Amino acid sequence: MATAISRPATYGLMAEFITPQALYDAVKAAKAEGYEKLDAHMPYPVEDICHEVSNHKRSKVSMIVFIGGLTGAVFGFLFQSWAMGALPWLQDLTSQIFNYQGYPYNIGGRPYLSWPAFIPVTFELTVLFGAFSAVIGMFALNGLPSPYHPVFNVERFSRHSVDRFFLVLESEDPKFDQAETRSFLEGLGPEEVMDVDW
Amino acid sequence: MSTPETSSAATVGTNPDLTPPSDRQILSPDHDAETLTNKVSSIVFGRTPLWMYGVFALSFSLVGLLLISVVYLVVKGTGIWGLNIPVAWGFAIINLVWWIGIGHAGTLISAILLLLNQDWRNSINRFAEAMTLFAVACAVMFPLLHTGRPWIAAYWLLPYPNTMWLWPNFRSPLMWDVFAISTYGTVSLLFWYVGLVPDLGTLRDRAKNIHLKRLFHSLAMGWRGSAKHWHNYEMAYLLLAGLSTPLVLSVHSVISFDFSVAQLPGWHATIFPPYFVAGAVFAGFAMVMLVMIPVRFAFGLHDMLTSRHLQNMAKVTLVTGFIVCYGYLAEFIFAYYSGNPYERYAIAENRPFGPYNWAWMMLIFCNFLAIQPLWFKKVRQSPVALWVISFIISIGMWLERFVIVVMSLHRDFLPSSWDRYAGTIWDWGLYLGTIGFFFSLMFLFIRFVPMIPMSELKILLPEARVKGDGHH
Repeated sequence: MATAISRPATYGLMAEFITPQALYDAVKAAKAEGYEKLDAHMPYPVEDICHEVSNHKRSKVSMIVFIGGLTGAVFGFLFQSWAMGALPWLQDLTSQIFNYQGYPYNIGGRPYLSWPAFIPVTFELTVLFGAFSAVIGMFALNGLPSPYHPVFNVERFSRHSVDRFFLVLESEDPKFDQAETRSFLEGLGPEEVMDVDW
Repeated sequence: MSTPETSSAATVGTNPDLTPPSDRQILSPDHDAETLTNKVSSIVFGRTPLWMYGVFALSFSLVGLLLISVVYLVVKGTGIWGLNIPVAWGFAIINLVWWIGIGHAGTLISAILLLLNQDWRNSINRFAEAMTLFAVACAVMFPLLHTGRPWIAAYWLLPYPNTMWLWPNFRSPLMWDVFAISTYGTVSLLFWYVGLVPDLGTLRDRAKNIHLKRLFHSLAMGWRGSAKHWHNYEMAYLLLAGLSTPLVLSVHSVISFDFSVAQLPGWHATIFPPYFVAGAVFAGFAMVMLVMIPVRFAFGLHDMLTSRHLQNMAKVTLVTGFIVCYGYLAEFIFAYYSGNPYERYAIAENRPFGPYNWAWMMLIFCNFLAIQPLWFKKVRQSPVALWVISFIISIGMWLERFVIVVMSLHRDFLPSSWDRYAGTIWDWGLYLGTIGFFFSLMFLFIRFVPMIPMSELKILLPEARVKGDGHH
């Protein structure tokens, strides 16, 4: 049995399937059986499997991008207005904190806060911040980059990026039992069931 | 249509004699996930074809020309160009607009067509997006070199705290350009890289050499195709497409503001933003076909870049070409309707009858007459005809920018300040140099990066669909 000190003998068990349909059915069966710590690996995104494995939860990436984009918009507009010396309260604030402020240019008698002219840059910064939050957020939520992962110890796993579909049941799952889980997986009709070493 | 069994898959992978895809198909029906992977990754892992040394040598020699032109420019200053007063914007701006425009097709294909659920874009998006990146790289050289001392260009262009308390003027379209182009280049790179991550994972798993494996593993960030990862990945990719769509429309709009915000007759027109964006897509699709048709032939990619791809691109070219021609017509109508004599002179007299009317007439030939054959299916099905038309369009779109920039500037309000303009040998050297730079990068990309997105193409396979039990 696994204790807090000694971890289980293996990372888990892996079953290989040929079609996404077989993997989908296997994921459904494993969940019905009560397995919770499981993952599927596939060469291309199959929407139904993604939804099933992530328990039909919405990806958090969209919220991260919304916050990132909003930050870009607010920062972009305030920065330009400040640099063009258009916001006295912000000028006061930055001169008190940094002893530094924007510079009010009079260009063709236009108002200092000529906000329509600040929109293009505000928009670009919204997109820039949004895009960076999408990419960084996606990698962070996925725990990438991760140079090492036990699944790579399985030789046949190298086909996960080509044409094969893998179901992994993790040994940390309370329902996991080396022998029982293996016979469960073999009952799903996989090509092969493999131990995943640490 | 047969779904190949896995046993036959291995033999198909080594056998190039696949059933040719029909006119409507975007992928040969004989392909499965393994044969697709084999074919695309074999270009990366295989030997460099002999012809590639030849074309690379040619384009790289033009990079040599670029270096010479840049060095001489830096030593002597922008006086070596044909610029004068009143034509203070010459080749540098023409080429900037031309190159940025070429890049736009890549973002249109990868982002807008993704949002519109056009699955044929899956085979060509990486290729087109690589073009975007390289075209932007060529484009940014021009305004930077136009500053004369590019190594201190950051001093004027980027807002940073400095001891003089001075900031760039955010009310200027030139400043908007800095943000639009740099954002465009950055976001395109991010989008391209995110799309590449799963394929880098595939390359890692296919690589035999341990060092290559490590390299691809690092570049793929340790991607392992987990369903949980794909879940976030798909959302991020969709949102990047959603962000890139307004971005690509904004970039050429902002570039058109460089002209339309000014008071000069021929520039000061409200039609400019949509007209520029359509022109950009038009030129971009032409360039995609110009590069893709020979590559498709050289690598025998007819099973993945099918006739349907070329026909669809030809249709987009025809439509955007007509929007551009509508822009030409609208300029004439504006000139007449405005009642402004300067505007009328610039558009309706100087363009068709002035000293540069050859440029204007060639423009009408290239961008209006030459695209008319695209109405016919036979032409859209012929790669050679498409290639020739694309070549003509690429010239036509360069001429369009010549007409807008030079023909508006050289005769403005006061006849006493009129002058003529011609590019010098250094203008041409720099321009040809960037073309060589673009193609050199393109060949490196084709050689070292899977130019067809394997993971995205596999989604189109018939077996990729899963019958769920109905709850979504």
